[in-house]
Amino acid sequence: MHILFEPGFFTCGPVRVALVIGAVTALTSAVVGVFTVVRSQSFAGHALTDVATTGGSGAFFLGISPLLGFIGGGVIGAGAMDLIGVQRIRSRDMATGIVLGSATGLAALFLYLDTTTSATTGATQQILFGSIFTIEPATIPLVVILSALTLAVIGLIYRPLLLSSFSAELTRARGINLRGVGLLFMITMAVSVGLSSIAVGSILSTALLIGPAAASVRLTNSLRAAMILASVLGVVATWLGILFAYDSFYWIPSGQALPVSFFIVSLVFVFYLISGLDVVRRNLGWLKAERLTTGSTPQSALALASKVEL
Amino acid sequence: MFTGFMANAWQAATIVAIVAGVVGFFVVLRGSAFAAHAIPNGAFAGAAGANLLAVNPLIGLGVFSLGAALGIGAMSRRGRPDAVTALTLVMMLALGAAFLSQSTQYEPEIFSLLFGEILGVSSSQILPVAVLGVVCIVAVAVLYRRLLLTSIAPEIAAARGLRPQRIETAFLVVVACATTMTVPVVGALLIFTLMIGPPAAARCFTNRTERAMLGSVVIALLTVWMAIACSYETNWPVGFYVSVFSATWYGVGRVFVAWRKTHGVHLE
Repeated sequence: MHILFEPGFFTCGPVRVALVIGAVTALTSAVVGVFTVVRSQSFAGHALTDVATTGGSGAFFLGISPLLGFIGGGVIGAGAMDLIGVQRIRSRDMATGIVLGSATGLAALFLYLDTTTSATTGATQQILFGSIFTIEPATIPLVVILSALTLAVIGLIYRPLLLSSFSAELTRARGINLRGVGLLFMITMAVSVGLSSIAVGSILSTALLIGPAAASVRLTNSLRAAMILASVLGVVATWLGILFAYDSFYWIPSGQALPVSFFIVSLVFVFYLISGLDVVRRNLGWLKAERLTTGSTPQSALALASKVEL
Repeated sequence: MFTGFMANAWQAATIVAIVAGVVGFFVVLRGSAFAAHAIPNGAFAGAAGANLLAVNPLIGLGVFSLGAALGIGAMSRRGRPDAVTALTLVMMLALGAAFLSQSTQYEPEIFSLLFGEILGVSSSQILPVAVLGVVCIVAVAVLYRRLLLTSIAPEIAAARGLRPQRIETAFLVVVACATTMTVPVVGALLIFTLMIGPPAAARCFTNRTERAMLGSVVIALLTVWMAIACSYETNWPVGFYVSVFSATWYGVGRVFVAWRKTHGVHLE
């Protein structure tokens, strides 16, 4: 037992909090992430973490709740991207870039003002890298509630979102407001990303959003299966990463433990690489078969579209 | 304002703006904004690693930005380019976090790597920046026609036997080169802003390629010059002003486009 779990792993308070928050974040990120990946909005998903971070440093400067800053920043950023034109494929990349650039400029100002006015040396590092081990237990309920809310919204707009992710024409033909669905998804993504950036740091936020989802989408054509697979991969990477980070304190002679984000991101990255291997794809072929055989319903068009896309 | 250390700042900023204007034009045209964000940020991890190993940070920056460019190029063949870029970016940032955890660097060092210290440029830094800048411009000039063709008319490019993946990787290497030269001077976050805002604004004013590129350089120059002057006067970070002015130019461009549409004015 001690070979794998160094002493005190299960009795340590911060570790338990990290295990719970990590799992909740990984789960929500995986579900939102599958849509982010199939809609090719990874850049926006990542940019929103930086935009949320700007909101966080702004809140830090103004002395209001950082959680409010993170989520508020993300939502404003999502709105700005939509305004510039994130819904059109051609200008999406640029719209995201413009918002991201402006946000990082603002972040530079806030961090400068933070560090010069209050001399809180940990501020920059805390905001940029965050740590899953320094979450206050009091934030757990809030994170859980907001995560549940995010998942509920995704569940609510699941059908139109699915349709609009694969065929703009089909969506319009059904009288669904394409831009409205897109904006609603962006806002949901912003809340989810803001939440995970404050809980686990902005690096992990992007890693958990994109990594497990991109790996799963390569292995299955069914969105539901991809979501389940992504959730499993995300939670496994998070828990193993926490375990390795805890143990690494005992591995390195200097006693200078490696950051947990390093381990989780490495695991996610390895999962993604493995998902691209031919051996894995061939042996997991049964995951793909499912949806492609259904009749001539819109679903089969979707399945076909997704086959081409993925 | 134009003497001593400020003279270095003006020179370095001018070189950086010209390169960012030219390279950024293609970043916007080709939709490579995410890679242009990921490469400088990943390069920051290289600098942190070089610090830990006590080697020249430029080597760390170069190795990591080149690695990022080649990695994104190679993995994009089998996966979605945007997801691959995101994963490459977070992997490098995580490495950076690991390096930082093992070193005893004081925090302002991190801050300056990300946000740059254009007002603290030494005269010995100008020459390498200028050399790498010339390399970037020459590389863009050599790739010019191929870059244009693969971004504007992919079918014709394919018919002529050009391989878009290779051109994209070559372009990312140019971005990596521009990154290596600019990160120590203006910081990882700022170079990205300069590569997106001015070219995006310039494209609102003209449809002609050469003019848009020239406009992009002019706007980038105006942006950094105004930013340095304002930063000198107020002491606020240069990065803040660069992003404010870039966003303002783009806003003006969009207003112009809207005005043009309502008045039916056509562009040359």
